[in-house]
Amino acid sequence: MIGIVGYGAYLPRLRLSRRAVFDANAWYAPQFAGKARGHRTMANWDEDSVTMAVAAARDCLGPGDDRSRVRALALASSSLPFAERLNAGIVAEALTLDERVLAQDVTGSQRVALSALAQALAAVRGGQGETLLLAADNRQTSAASAAELDYGDGAAAVLLGSDGVLAEYLGGAHRTVDFVDRFRRTGESIDYHWEERWVRDEGIDRQMPEVIAEALTQAGVEAAAVDHFIFPAAFAKVDTRLAARCGIPPEAVVDNLAERAGNTGVAHGLLLLAGVLQRARPGQIVLLTQFGNGGEALVFRVTEAIDHFRPVVGLEGWLERGREETAYTRFLSFQGRLHLERGMRGEQDKKTALTTLYRHRRAILGLVAGRCRETGEVHFPPSRISYTPGKPVQDSQESWKLAERQGRVLSWSAEYLSWHMSPPHQYGQVDFDGGGRILMDFTDVERGDISSGCAVEMVFRIKDTDETRGFNRYFWKATPLRDASQQPEKSE
Amino acid sequence: MATGIKDKVAILGMGCSRFGERWDASPEDLMVEAYNEAMTDAGIGPEQLDAAWFSTHMDDVGVGRGGTPMGIALRLPNIGVTRVENFCAGGSEAIRGAVYAVASGACDIAIALGVEKLKDTGYGGLPVATVGTYIPQWYPNAVAPANFAQLAAAYQQKHRVEPDLLKRAMAHVSVKSHANGALNAKAHLRKPITEEQVLRAPTIAEPLGLFDCCGVSDGAAAVIVTTPEIARGLGKRDLVTFKGLQVSVSNGWELQSNDWDGSYVHTARIAARKAYQEAGITNPREQISMLEVHDCFSITELVTMEDLFISEQGGAVNDVLDGVFDADGALPCQIDGGLKCFGHPIGASGIRMLYEMYLQLQGRAGERQLPDPVLGLTHNLGGQPSQNVCSVSIVGREGA
Repeated sequence: MIGIVGYGAYLPRLRLSRRAVFDANAWYAPQFAGKARGHRTMANWDEDSVTMAVAAARDCLGPGDDRSRVRALALASSSLPFAERLNAGIVAEALTLDERVLAQDVTGSQRVALSALAQALAAVRGGQGETLLLAADNRQTSAASAAELDYGDGAAAVLLGSDGVLAEYLGGAHRTVDFVDRFRRTGESIDYHWEERWVRDEGIDRQMPEVIAEALTQAGVEAAAVDHFIFPAAFAKVDTRLAARCGIPPEAVVDNLAERAGNTGVAHGLLLLAGVLQRARPGQIVLLTQFGNGGEALVFRVTEAIDHFRPVVGLEGWLERGREETAYTRFLSFQGRLHLERGMRGEQDKKTALTTLYRHRRAILGLVAGRCRETGEVHFPPSRISYTPGKPVQDSQESWKLAERQGRVLSWSAEYLSWHMSPPHQYGQVDFDGGGRILMDFTDVERGDISSGCAVEMVFRIKDTDETRGFNRYFWKATPLRDASQQPEKSE
Repeated sequence: MATGIKDKVAILGMGCSRFGERWDASPEDLMVEAYNEAMTDAGIGPEQLDAAWFSTHMDDVGVGRGGTPMGIALRLPNIGVTRVENFCAGGSEAIRGAVYAVASGACDIAIALGVEKLKDTGYGGLPVATVGTYIPQWYPNAVAPANFAQLAAAYQQKHRVEPDLLKRAMAHVSVKSHANGALNAKAHLRKPITEEQVLRAPTIAEPLGLFDCCGVSDGAAAVIVTTPEIARGLGKRDLVTFKGLQVSVSNGWELQSNDWDGSYVHTARIAARKAYQEAGITNPREQISMLEVHDCFSITELVTMEDLFISEQGGAVNDVLDGVFDADGALPCQIDGGLKCFGHPIGASGIRMLYEMYLQLQGRAGERQLPDPVLGLTHNLGGQPSQNVCSVSIVGREGA
């Protein structure tokens, strides 16, 4: 049996109020009054498709930092930060995957995550070993556009394998048609869309039923037997209409999270799947579909093992962790659509020495420290000579991963002097459980979220952006533990 | 066994430029200003200088790497000019070089000069500096106020000080320095302020407000040193000699281990202990007459009182509020206004601190002269609480 052996999700903490967006643009775009409800997820300034993919992967893989079972990695997105540089390679370093992992980026269409899923399942069947498929999107939109309101940012993960299968893969089908509902030339940042009515009537309604019917036949499942029908589309009611056309029970249609998150693009099919698997019961049939230059459909049957797996936070958990954002200009600024005055302190060159990055990639991207064999003391960054007072032992440090460890804030400040994308800039000293200390940035924090002694966890984020050369520096930041049982939520 | 520096080297002359936003002056002008005063005070000519130490930190802004800027600006007679940088403690490091050169017998007369031109950046605060290729890839884009603000967070946590009480004690530190600076014609900031002004000022880095931060200034200071014998031979009386000169540098323990609690400066305690030992001081609070400490931020000065073993651990808040360090207190501190008001041209500050000690010990401090000081201590801190360079120097009347 092959299929899904793990799943995870990630939604950024910020939830942009659509009312706030509408109100800001109402003088110009009053036609969007009907969309002015609910929230869309909004990546923080230091998040992109790579960082969100890492977060979803960690949600799926759990806190154990031995990830040697992952033999292949695919990152699907329409908004990869790098056109040249393996984005999945950054993810692999952040997850401290074995270097022998087969890693690739996949992109080009809204359905590409599901195409990658079909390929990964075939590879698993062929003996590839466990394959981690990640999908993330963080798409740029024009101000005062429908997309700005409909889209959301997020990521999802599925781990595929043959051991401990939670959802058995039964069969699938695909169609590839150059039906251009949207396009974006290489180098451009925003999709160009064709008329919704045409996409719906001539695209989705005509092409998807064929794909779905074929997948169900392949799987040997009747349409009426589908328990969970996932069809992520930003258009209202198109999913129920498609279900009806295909003979799928209306109650099987999975809510597309329009109200609470928005459409997360390439990630949305897997994101909804992560939500379904969290509540699915053994024996249930999941039909996962996505449209884009054709379409993709895959059928799974939930197994008895479904209750043996829990993501770390899970889609519901991420949905609940939101913090409302009503500052539309913050959204525009984070999207790079509004250039706010930075002052001269914002002029500093952020050129990254790639030689240095490579030499220290395990420390920088993987947050791997050095633990002294003799004293047990943890050093970040790792060094040849240990700091131990009076005992400067040489070459005694072994790799010691810190990313999955919690920490406590020793000291902190929030400063208004330097230029920062989201002032105040908050940073401080974090002491890790099990040893180690790093002076590090805090993220996803409001004033008052950080105090001496508060518990924090690590998140992989953009540290700096080199706008001159188009390079992102990634590193880890601390964020308050949001688990209600460990620390009260202060900012909501 | 080293015998230390006590009474082996004397100050022959000193000079200090006016500090401040010196739109009128380039680093060369500032150097000449300090140099002229020091040379006149010493009563010697350039040909009598054997060697020079030159302290400047922010080379990207105004001065330039190497010793040539000092050699050229002062037209020195082709003597060796050793450029030193040690963050904000560079000035003290230059002094150490010159003093050691004289003490070794390699030189008869040496000069140490520090200069910094910070106001050619176009913005307030210290220049945004580059720190190699590795550190920027993981270390926060830290700024001095937030680095030192963390002292306050950790100090408050450790000693369970009410935030308002700590804020008030920090305010007292700044009010005192402004009152002192108002009497100093060379000081950058010369306006007295009130506690209320301090508490109502905009936040720079929580919990530090605008008046908790020192001035960022242009300026230069110079000291000429020689042996007591040569000084006397040149007709000098009432010599001021070096008693202790210690520098301690972090090795990463504070930054990386889990043992340092963030509420104090580790190296300051080490440098202080060694300096007291070198100077033969057993009870600093009683024996030392006055202090010039590295008050880059009000919290730094407060914590330093404990690091120098002058206040009990956790006792600096009360000592500050009781006025112990005020001009009329038991142990006056920052009598010249300190970094807070005299100003902080990085490479010059350590020498500026010594300048005030020198004037006070010679009874030449004018309106702010203290009654009969015998020993003075300068504390010059560079870097940040978790990784730094700390210098503690003690000077005094010869034989004291």
